[in-house]
Amino acid sequence: MLWELICRVFHVPAYLVPTPSAIWIDTIKLIGPVSVHTLATTQTVLLGFLASLLVSLPLAVLITASPAIANTIYPFLVLTQSIPKVALAPILVVIFGSNELPRVVVTFLVAFFPLVLSIAAGITAVPPELIELGRACRASRWRELWRIRLPYAVPFIFSGLKAAITLSVVGAVVGEFVNADRGLGYLIVTSTAFFQVPLAWGALVLLSLLGIILFQAVVIVEQVFFPWAIADDKQVA
Amino acid sequence: MIVLDHVAKTFVTRGGEEVVAMSDVSLEVGRNEFVCLVGPSGCGKSTLLRLVAGLVPPTGGTVSIGGAAVTEPRDDTGIVFQAPTLLPWASILDNVLFPLDMMGKLDAAGRERARDLLTLVGLAGFEGKYPRELSGGMQQRAGICRALVHDPDILLMDEPFGALDALTREELTVELMRIWQERPKTILFVTHSIPEAVLLADRVVVMSPRPGRVAEIINVALPRPRDFDMEARSEFQDATRRIRALIFGDRGARGR
Repeated sequence: MLWELICRVFHVPAYLVPTPSAIWIDTIKLIGPVSVHTLATTQTVLLGFLASLLVSLPLAVLITASPAIANTIYPFLVLTQSIPKVALAPILVVIFGSNELPRVVVTFLVAFFPLVLSIAAGITAVPPELIELGRACRASRWRELWRIRLPYAVPFIFSGLKAAITLSVVGAVVGEFVNADRGLGYLIVTSTAFFQVPLAWGALVLLSLLGIILFQAVVIVEQVFFPWAIADDKQVA
Repeated sequence: MIVLDHVAKTFVTRGGEEVVAMSDVSLEVGRNEFVCLVGPSGCGKSTLLRLVAGLVPPTGGTVSIGGAAVTEPRDDTGIVFQAPTLLPWASILDNVLFPLDMMGKLDAAGRERARDLLTLVGLAGFEGKYPRELSGGMQQRAGICRALVHDPDILLMDEPFGALDALTREELTVELMRIWQERPKTILFVTHSIPEAVLLADRVVVMSPRPGRVAEIINVALPRPRDFDMEARSEFQDATRRIRALIFGDRGARGR
């Protein structure tokens, strides 16, 4: 409301900051193509997010298995994080071709690092008594991992997943900026190029909404499947 | 039952330094005997417990149970830790069953035994609850059930009541004596509390630190069943005074 009022009272030009009503009208006008773009971005985000989870879990298990492995893997992890993803994206397009893959890879690269760190932290945060109890029962290392360490890490995994899902949205947009024929990031690039500023703002709003909805989805999954982890989560955060 | 013969344990710290946790400890514990280990921090009482549990190997001497040397954790020992360390994602019943599950021996008889144990410690009706819904004292009761679920001959308790408030502590002390009376076990019980040790034990092993060793073994002549009213009796007073003298005596003498 205040936004709308300020824009109208001070006659802010629409190409600088459009009014909410203008954003709404321009976005609704193109609701068909806009929803296609939204779906495309959602797909990239989810694929990248899923890839982060599938890679981070075994990676974290490896890192925590022995200090030697950790010392081997960590430099590579830090290297992947120090490369600017925006700079890497065009190179990935050359390598993988102009399709969905480089976008998913960029999303993955942006999102997986905090996930690895929090899962590794969770696996090592198990009280030593529980590990001793497992050993006293002569449980194998595999059983110890599955029955004690990984369940114990669930609250940590979820705090990592919450970070990863928001970063996935960032990653997907970076990927779309560089190479895409669809997606909300692509929509922002093209609409600003043609001075359709309200449409670009509409895409921006949709991206924020997408981030919030996906974040809430992770929260709900945690509440439904791991209600016991919520109380512990406070200690993690 | 349990025999420690000139046992020594040296740890190597991360910096490569050697720390002697225990040197030349010899101790025999008879079947169904209740033995308490008392001593200041660093006297190796927790280490002794872990040696008997087979969780750490001795660096000198031998630890044996029923004539067989302990080289790895055995099925006939159960452990209770200072913190209940229940699994937050499992119900109380599943927590109690956890050792059986880890050993791959989960069966109907085990479930039956777990329910019996929960009834024995006054937790009947709490099988489906989760640890966070229970008080600290109730959690530790469940921890004791967990240690007993595979029906071990030996119960190792590492300051099991150390994290509880004083009232709950007294309550569980009496409770433990009742459980021990109903289900006789060989119990090795580590504690910082001298009255607790005297009240519980047939014999109190007083240990001294740096390096950990046995200072003296005190026989407690109190009749059973025991309760906290016995604190006024002369046998109780004599035993606690003697233990205090052993632990603090040195320091007092040096001060003068």
